Amino acid sequence: MGFYEDLIIAGFGGQGILFIGKLLAYAAMKEGRNVTWIPSYGPEMRGGTANCTVVVSDEEIGSPVITNPHSLIVMNNPSLEAFEPRLKTGGLLVVNTSLVTLQPKRDDITIVHVPANKIAIELGNDRAANMVMLGAYLARTKLVAEESILDALEKVLGKGKEELFEVNKAAFEKGTEIGRV
Amino acid sequence: MGEKVLITGNEAIAEAAIQAGCRFFFGYPITPQNKIPEYMSARMPQVGGCFVQAESELAAIYMVFGAAGAGARVMTSSSSPGISLKMEGISYIAGAELPCVIVNVMRGGPGLGGILPSQSDYFQATKGGGHGDYRLLVLAPSTVQEAADLMMDAFDLADKYRNPVMVLADGYIGQMMEPVEFKKRSSIPPPPKDWAITGAKGRPRNLIKTLYLDPEELEKHNIKLHRKYLEMAKNEVRVENYMTEDAEIVIAAYGTTARITKTAIKILREKGIKAGLIRPITLFPFPYKTFEEAAEKVDNILVVEMNMGQMVEDVKLAVCGKTKVHVDGRSGGMVPSYDEIAAQVEKIVERRL
Repeated sequence: MGFYEDLIIAGFGGQGILFIGKLLAYAAMKEGRNVTWIPSYGPEMRGGTANCTVVVSDEEIGSPVITNPHSLIVMNNPSLEAFEPRLKTGGLLVVNTSLVTLQPKRDDITIVHVPANKIAIELGNDRAANMVMLGAYLARTKLVAEESILDALEKVLGKGKEELFEVNKAAFEKGTEIGRV
Repeated sequence: MGEKVLITGNEAIAEAAIQAGCRFFFGYPITPQNKIPEYMSARMPQVGGCFVQAESELAAIYMVFGAAGAGARVMTSSSSPGISLKMEGISYIAGAELPCVIVNVMRGGPGLGGILPSQSDYFQATKGGGHGDYRLLVLAPSTVQEAADLMMDAFDLADKYRNPVMVLADGYIGQMMEPVEFKKRSSIPPPPKDWAITGAKGRPRNLIKTLYLDPEELEKHNIKLHRKYLEMAKNEVRVENYMTEDAEIVIAAYGTTARITKTAIKILREKGIKAGLIRPITLFPFPYKTFEEAAEKVDNILVVEMNMGQMVEDVKLAVCGKTKVHVDGRSGGMVPSYDEIAAQVEKIVERRL
């Protein structure tokens, strides 16, 4: 069996949930892997929540929709409630403790606590909290190389956004430090 | 190998159409396919093409009728309720024997239904849909790459048979992102469109019509159309056999459902149950022969689709009572999970069904 990983990223609309999913997918594609990225686009979006599912594999990807993901990045309370019960036994939960006030209930998973908004605010841009989360996740899973994410970020932001790139990069790197601990 | 890009199915469909030489797009917005017209609105002007957001679906399909009659490579796209509105025009286009491509990114119905993925327009796509005795050639992609590839083929097939071709996708194929490579195509020139209405300077006039008041003449026309559909059935059937070689049970599925089934098959094989998949790529013409042959080898075929059971009727026609045919699926925008499919197969294999 070749390399395989799947994850769900969930939070409020506007937190950059779909964006970090796309960065991951893009970086994995550039590393030569098969990848699917699928957003929630149903009525739950009207409630202000957003999630996406990313699958990365060396083999042909079957289902792009995942019942019990290997990993979960959660950026608000409703997402923790919705997705924690679905995480695979032994799975990885990366939780944004700046906004998630509920306690995870599972004891058969690995939990990484990340004060993502707090760190992002300290770095000068609250909106980079998603990159802190992504960094923490990547440090644990090594799904793609950190450079691949930064390359993807540079490409997606485009020219003339150097300032934005720098703060996102700083947030990402801070996240990797937390994930490594 | 060309460079791979990470894009949604909707965008891949639109870009593939451009690269296949489509220069006219007429449509009206509806979720979950809005990225197609959005992309076309930006891209068509870049290639000297024409994008029109029409005042309604009805107007859009008759613009397609007009452009196709003038010999243009033309398409429209919509989702289920919008496709229903276009059905009158589609019947006219089929009757007038004009080539065009229609994309349906299906959502749950009937009526306005919902916006989440569905496969409940199978009957409409494959059995006519509009009035009169006609068929569309129907292509069903199950990956974003395949959506791009089939989109390119769709224009060639439409020209070859002078018939509307439908690309039938579901909401997930439209919304999902996957790496895509747009393949350079060998440029076989399309057959000359000497039937097109182009002004008739220096040649006898061409006539494009669907009205035949003389019943003998109309029957002759119907027979001609029928022969064309038989030709399609002879030449154009496409189907994927996945792990069917040693299979004790066959699952039939297309589109997103087929790839969820592939994951279910992995789970089943780990448990020692030899399951395989027959994935129709053309829904019309339907791969009857593949199922007929499978019926000689397996006792059970399970049809999985995102509706209450539509393709199952074609599978039953194919196997003609030689094997048991079961149906399982979800509807209304609910998507079957690989666990559900695997559990259903286990029940059948243990002869509890």
